[in-house]
Amino acid sequence: MFYRETGQFKTTYEADSAIFPILQDRIGIALMLAVAFVVIPLTGSDFFLNTMMIPFLIFALAAIGLNILTGYTGQISLGSGAFMGVGAYSCYKMASLFPDMNLIVLVLFSGFFSAAAGMIFGLPSLRIKGFYLVVTTLAAQFFLTWAFIRVAWLYNYNDSGAIDTLPRKAFGLWISGAEASPVTRYFVVLCIVIAMTWFASNLVRGRIGRSWMMIRDMDIAAELMGVRPLYAKISAFAVSSFYCGVAGSMMVFFWLGSAEVESFDENQSFLILFMVILGGLGSIMGSYMGAAFIVVLPVALRAAPEFFGITVNPTNMEHYTIMIIGALIIFFLIVEPHGLARLWQIAKEKLRTWPFPYA
Amino acid sequence: MKKLLAIGTAAACLGAVLATSAPAVAEDTFYIPSLSYRTGPFAGGGIPNANGFADYFNMLNERDGGIGGVKVVVEECETGYNSKKGVECYEATKGKGALVYNPLSTGITLQLVPKAPVDKIPVFSSGYGLSATAVGEKFPWGFNYPSTYWSQLTSILKYIDSKGGLKGKKIGYLYLDVGYGKEPIPLLDVLSKKLGFSVTKYPVGVKEMQAQSSHWLKVRKDRPDWIINWGWGAMNSTAVKEAAKIRFPLDRFIGNWWSGTHADLRTVGATGKGYMAANFSGIGASYPALQDVLKYVVNKGKSQVKSKDLVGDVIYNRGVFQAVIIAEAIRSAQKTTGKKVINAEDLRGGFETFDLSEARLKEIGLEGFTQPIKASCKDHEGGGGIYMQQWDGKDWKRVSDMISPMTDIVRPMLEKAAAKYIADKPGWKTQTCK
Repeated sequence: MFYRETGQFKTTYEADSAIFPILQDRIGIALMLAVAFVVIPLTGSDFFLNTMMIPFLIFALAAIGLNILTGYTGQISLGSGAFMGVGAYSCYKMASLFPDMNLIVLVLFSGFFSAAAGMIFGLPSLRIKGFYLVVTTLAAQFFLTWAFIRVAWLYNYNDSGAIDTLPRKAFGLWISGAEASPVTRYFVVLCIVIAMTWFASNLVRGRIGRSWMMIRDMDIAAELMGVRPLYAKISAFAVSSFYCGVAGSMMVFFWLGSAEVESFDENQSFLILFMVILGGLGSIMGSYMGAAFIVVLPVALRAAPEFFGITVNPTNMEHYTIMIIGALIIFFLIVEPHGLARLWQIAKEKLRTWPFPYA
Repeated sequence: MKKLLAIGTAAACLGAVLATSAPAVAEDTFYIPSLSYRTGPFAGGGIPNANGFADYFNMLNERDGGIGGVKVVVEECETGYNSKKGVECYEATKGKGALVYNPLSTGITLQLVPKAPVDKIPVFSSGYGLSATAVGEKFPWGFNYPSTYWSQLTSILKYIDSKGGLKGKKIGYLYLDVGYGKEPIPLLDVLSKKLGFSVTKYPVGVKEMQAQSSHWLKVRKDRPDWIINWGWGAMNSTAVKEAAKIRFPLDRFIGNWWSGTHADLRTVGATGKGYMAANFSGIGASYPALQDVLKYVVNKGKSQVKSKDLVGDVIYNRGVFQAVIIAEAIRSAQKTTGKKVINAEDLRGGFETFDLSEARLKEIGLEGFTQPIKASCKDHEGGGGIYMQQWDGKDWKRVSDMISPMTDIVRPMLEKAAAKYIADKPGWKTQTCK
């Protein structure tokens, strides 16, 4: 009943290759954007914006980045945390060197530094695959975090060894630092993430994205058909790291306020990989779902007892949260090994034929 | 069933996501969030501190009916010593009228320092956190009574100097490789040149806390004359055991005031005999105030402390110390503003005006518990000294007088660090002190 595309005729090539060819999808996305741009800023409390929405968007972007590499190109990477760090540290360096530059430009520009790092550490992917590639990307992880600790120039010789936000204004408003209101930071992050999501969804549908998927599905066949593995793989590493880098610099400047190396360690890389696997490999939508599951759910669970007026010892709640999240991960992976995005797809199919059990 | 379950979880998630507003705390109480950590590898220090902190306030509630007739509500929020979760706790509690934050983590303090002037809530990092916040003109909202890490380090060096000189000696610096352990390094580097000793650093990552054999292999090779330990949590007991294993003289192995805890050394036992550590708060429960804590709180089962023998532990007393300073600041703010119920901004003033004199310490039942502290606008650390304690295999024993820091060296450096901190932050609010 829902999701019937009957009667929606496409009369132009543009209409046929639109991102959302079905009217219902377009309505859905418009509704979501309305919620994101109007409802949430108007109704969300500081706590909701600061600890749920902003990290959710940032990690969704990082997950999209890793999904490009792992989901679309089939190269498993455990270096995403470090590439986020490259973005964060380069953005910090640039912001302190050029205090008058618009911070949003710097945040986007910092992606190029991490893209460069990603390309270098992506080179081994031409020779090795699978678990062996995991090991080399892990090497990137360890090398880069080592550099973040030992190269004091990267954090301007700060006594604490941490990089902290430099308060910056854009368009007459504080967008970073403690003075920046959560709503402003939320809007900045939202705009960047939506723009980059739109770019990514077009990229993966286009020629480049198709060459990535060919490499993923069978690299020899792809090579025989004229896809150059060097370009395909390295471009996937570059784009993926670019996304992670932007997410990393947003994490420091628009969310945390300051960050130590621990924010970019291998745990971070694992978390992003889990987001991608749970959300669904090879799905932009899934990246959002995975990020929501890993980032928002624990915070929401911890805040839940108080919301419902129940008193739970915070220590116990911490343990419950870990247990509930763990159980849910197992539950979802048993129910649908292809991730939450696939669940959504199945739901869509069901809605299409509903109320009849068959099509 | 499967569907039902799925819908149920979805509903639960949705409900949880909507959990945004929190019920306000009743008007006539003091709401003090305690960012504690009772889970994770640092729980060994986090638990006693949180217990001492909460128990002292509860004692004031039970015995005196609060502070100036206003009860104190201490609410704990679990951080796991994780900066991100710490900020999450901060965001969750600040809207409920939080008076002051005491995060017991240098990492979390670093995150809160820039937020404090904007949200107008003071951050009281008692003997931890950013040393530069001691400069009151530059950091009106940060306090680290009774002393900073930098001051403490100079006191420890003074002690070493008194035991056979510092010049030409080789000092090892074993530290937890996070913001906390890195904090005193700039001072150490400068002092080593100024006072003529050499420093070898042994960073211990959080993941290696309980596997330090490689570090101690290096110690064996380098043979430092003294080792200063800047450890926390599970790192301390491992370090002392490793030191004993390579037969490093333990009376030349000095922990800072977070590295000499009962929880850590009890697991080491007699092996750790001789290990030294700095301290600034009293040991044991013989103080009248602590007897009141036992009488009004612990014995009535109103404390989270596991056994009443744990009251009086070094870190438990540290929690009490933090609560005492906050209580004194509240009292002082009540006096200066003439209000019974004060807000966070009034309390900031209180932190600059309280006077914890010898007589006052006696009055509140804590004579000799710590050095007198006179708060001021200019100096947010109080310049307190430390004393040395030694582990006798079963308990900590005080072995030295108060050693005051080298204020003449530390203060200019703190001022330089403070100026550097605010240099790249346009719009940072400072204050002028008379």
